[in-house]
Amino acid sequence: MPKSGAKTDTAARRNSALQLKFPSPPARPGEEPDYSKLMMSAPGEVRRPAIDTKPDDMRDLAYALIRVMDDDGKPVGPWNTDIPVEILKKGLRNMVLTRVYDDRMYRAQRQGKTSFYIKCTGEEAISVAAALALEPDDMCFPAYRQQGLYLTREYPLLTMMGQIYSNTLDPLKGRQMPIMYSAREQSIFTISGNLTTQYPQAVGWAMASAMSGDTRIAATWVGDGSTAEGDFHYALTLAAVYHAPVILNIVNNQWAISSFHGIAGGEEAPFAARGIGYGLPALRVDGNDFLAVYAATQWAAERARANLGATVIELFTYRAEGHSTSDDPSRYRSTEEGKKWPLGDPIDRLLKHLIKRGVWSEKEHAAMEEELINLVKGTQKEAEAAGTLGQGKTASPKTMFEDVFKEPDWRQRRQRQEAGF
Amino acid sequence: MPKMNMVQAINSAMATMMEKDPKVVVFGEDVGYFGGVFRATEHLQAKFGVNRCFDAPITEGGIVAAAIGMGAYGLRPVVEVQFADYIYPAMDQLVSEAARLRYRSAGEYYAPMVVRSPYGGGIYGGQTHSQSPESLFTHVVGLKTVIPSTPYDAKGLLIASIEDDDPVIFLEPKRLYTGPFSGHSDEGVKAWASFPASEVPEGYYSIPLGKAAIVRPGQAVTVICYGTMVHVSMAAVQETGIDAEVIDLRSLVPLDIDTIVESVRKTGRCVVVHEATRTSGYGAELSALIQEHCFYHLEAPIERVTGYDTPYPHAFEWQYFPGPKRVAEALRRAVGA
Ligand SMILES: Cc1ncc(C[n+]2csc(CCOP(=O)(O)OP(=O)(O)O)c2C)c(N)n1
Ligand SMILES: [Mg+2]
Repeated sequence: MPKSGAKTDTAARRNSALQLKFPSPPARPGEEPDYSKLMMSAPGEVRRPAIDTKPDDMRDLAYALIRVMDDDGKPVGPWNTDIPVEILKKGLRNMVLTRVYDDRMYRAQRQGKTSFYIKCTGEEAISVAAALALEPDDMCFPAYRQQGLYLTREYPLLTMMGQIYSNTLDPLKGRQMPIMYSAREQSIFTISGNLTTQYPQAVGWAMASAMSGDTRIAATWVGDGSTAEGDFHYALTLAAVYHAPVILNIVNNQWAISSFHGIAGGEEAPFAARGIGYGLPALRVDGNDFLAVYAATQWAAERARANLGATVIELFTYRAEGHSTSDDPSRYRSTEEGKKWPLGDPIDRLLKHLIKRGVWSEKEHAAMEEELINLVKGTQKEAEAAGTLGQGKTASPKTMFEDVFKEPDWRQRRQRQEAGF
Repeated sequence: MPKMNMVQAINSAMATMMEKDPKVVVFGEDVGYFGGVFRATEHLQAKFGVNRCFDAPITEGGIVAAAIGMGAYGLRPVVEVQFADYIYPAMDQLVSEAARLRYRSAGEYYAPMVVRSPYGGGIYGGQTHSQSPESLFTHVVGLKTVIPSTPYDAKGLLIASIEDDDPVIFLEPKRLYTGPFSGHSDEGVKAWASFPASEVPEGYYSIPLGKAAIVRPGQAVTVICYGTMVHVSMAAVQETGIDAEVIDLRSLVPLDIDTIVESVRKTGRCVVVHEATRTSGYGAELSALIQEHCFYHLEAPIERVTGYDTPYPHAFEWQYFPGPKRVAEALRRAVGA
C-alpha cells in the first residue's frame, strides 16, 4: 500500500475498473475433473462434541467433513457410534431397493409410460440413513430426491408406482407430476414443485410440536442450489430464534441442474457454514458414508429432543445422474467427474464395511439384489396393469374438481357439470 | 429469410439487442453456459461473454431485485424465470418495487427490465409447470404484460419490451416453442418451419407494445385471445366454419382497446379465451371493458372460455385444457347456432 495517505488511495481505487467474479466449475465436458477444492477431512479425524456444546464452540465442524469409514470400510473415530448390524443391513437393503426402483421407473419414463422421473443415484445413504436414525413418526419434509425415505418407512412400492404412472392406484388422483408423493401415514409431507418452500414449513411443524408438548421432531431437506432461495433463510432464522426441534439438511450434490455449487455460493464457504451466522450448530458430513449420515442425524435428533434446538447438516455428495429425465448432463459437466468421485458410492461403501465385519457376503448381496430386482419388477407389472400415463386408466376425471376447498363451491360444481363429469 | 421456431426467435431477439445495445444483459437460472433449460439463451454467453450473460443462483426474488438495481443503474436486464410457476418468490419485488419505482420517485428512478418466463400447459407439467399467471401482473399498475403467439411476433415484441423503459413481464407460451398447437392433444407436433410466421428476420425489427393483431378477419363474432389460445381458437373457428374475427392481443398491458371495440361493435358478439383459471382472469377484465364500450352493440352475452377453477392436474391435462371443442361450443352459443 502506498504511504501517500487516504486521499491518494481512494483516487487509485477509483481509477481501476470494478469487476465481478463469475464462478465456473472445475471441469466442463471433456476436461479432467479437479477435486482439489473439496475440503475433505480424513476418516475419523473430526471431533464429536457433546450435544449441549454451545454452537459458538463448534464452528469448526462446518468447515470439516465428518467421515466414519476409511478406504477399507473400517469405521474409525468419534463418530463411529456402533450402529447395530441389523440397522446397517436394513440400510443396505433399502439403498439397493431405492436404486433398483429408480432404475425401473427411469426406464418406464423412457418407454413413454410416464411423463417424468428423477433419480437419486449416489445419494441413497442420505435419505435411508436419516429414515433409520429418526423415529418413524418424526415428521419429514423432503425435496424430490429423497425417495429412500418412503421406501425405508415402508410406503407401499405399489402405491409409489401408482403415483409415478398417475393411474388408478395413485392416492393423489393423478394430480401431481411423478415423484411428488404425499405419505401422511409415514409422516412424510406432500412435495411441492417449488423449491425450498417446505424448508420453513418444517420449522413451523417443529414449533407446533414443541408448542403442543409433543415429542416428535421434524427434519427437512433442500439441495445446494435451493439454499439460494429466501425461504432457506426464513427457516434458519425461525429455527434459531425459537430453538425449534428440527433438522435442517442441505444435500450438496454439487449440481443444481447445470449450475455447479459455486453458483449458489458454495465456493465462498461451505453450505454448512450458513448455520453459523444464525447461531446454529452445523455439521458437514460425507453423504456417501452411511455410518456418518446416521451418526450425524442421531446427534442432531438428540439435540432437538433435548430442547437444544435445530442443527444444520450439509450432506456432501454427488449427483451421479442427470437432474431428471429432461436433462442431459454431458452438455455442461465432465462425465469423468462422477465416475471418479473421491467419496465413492454409498452402496459399495456400506457393502464393503459389512463384508469386512464378516456379517455379510458378496453372495448374500447378489442374492438380495436379485430378490429386490424381482420384487420391483413384479410390483411394476402389477402397477402397470392398473394403467400407465395416457392410457386413461386413472381416477375419475371428476375428481379434479375436488379438494380445491374442503367443499367445492358453486364454481367447481358448475364447471364439473359443464365438463360433463 | 431464416426460419425460426419460437425459442430461436426469442434467442435471436436477445442476441440482436445485445449486439445493438451494450447495456442489455441477460441472466437467470441455467441461462449462462448451458443456455437455458429451454435453450432460449443458447450461445449468448459464448458470443457476448460472461459479463453480459450469466448463471444466477436459484433465487427468483434475488434475480428480479438485482435486475431492478441494474435497471436503476442504467442497464437493460433481461432475466429468465425458469417457469412462470416460479415467479412468485419475486412477487414483492415486482409488485411493490419494479412497478412503483417511477411513481414513488416522481420519475427520478425507473427500472427498464424484462422478466421472460415460459407459461402455460400442454406438456404434462402438473400444477407447478403449467400455470398461466398473467392476470396477477395485469392487475398491478406499473407492469406491462406481453404474450406472443408466433416466432415472428416473439422476436419483435421481445425487442420492443427490451427497449421499453418500464418493467415488462414477457410470458412465453412454452407449448408453442417448437410448433403451433391446435389444442388437439392427439395431433403430433407440427414444426414451425411450415408456417409463414416462422420467417423471422435475422436483424433488428420491433413490434410496438399495445397493438393487437387481427389474425383472421370476420363478421359473425369476435374472438379475443393470446398465446397458445390463438392457435386453439383458430382451430375452433375452422372446425365450426363460423366467420369469426380472431384478435390476438399480443400485449395485455398496454391493451389495444380500439381494435377490440371496433371489432365487437361490428360483430355484436364476443368470445374471450384464455388458458388461465376463470375467476378474476384477464377475461373478466376484457368482458367488463367490452360491456362498458360496446353494450348497445352486443347481441348476445359475452362468452368466456378458460381453464377451470382448479390447479392444473397432471393426469387430466386434456380434460382441463380449454381445447377447440370448448371454444367451438362457445362460438356456437355466441352466434346462436
Ligand atoms: C422456485 C423454483 N425455482 C426454480 C425451479 C426449477 N428447478 C427445479 S430443480 C432445480 C435445481 C435444484 O437444484 P438443487 O437444489 O441443488 O437440488 P438437486 O436437484 O441437485 O437435488 C431448479 C432450478 C423450481 N422447481 N422452483
Ligand atoms: Mg444439487
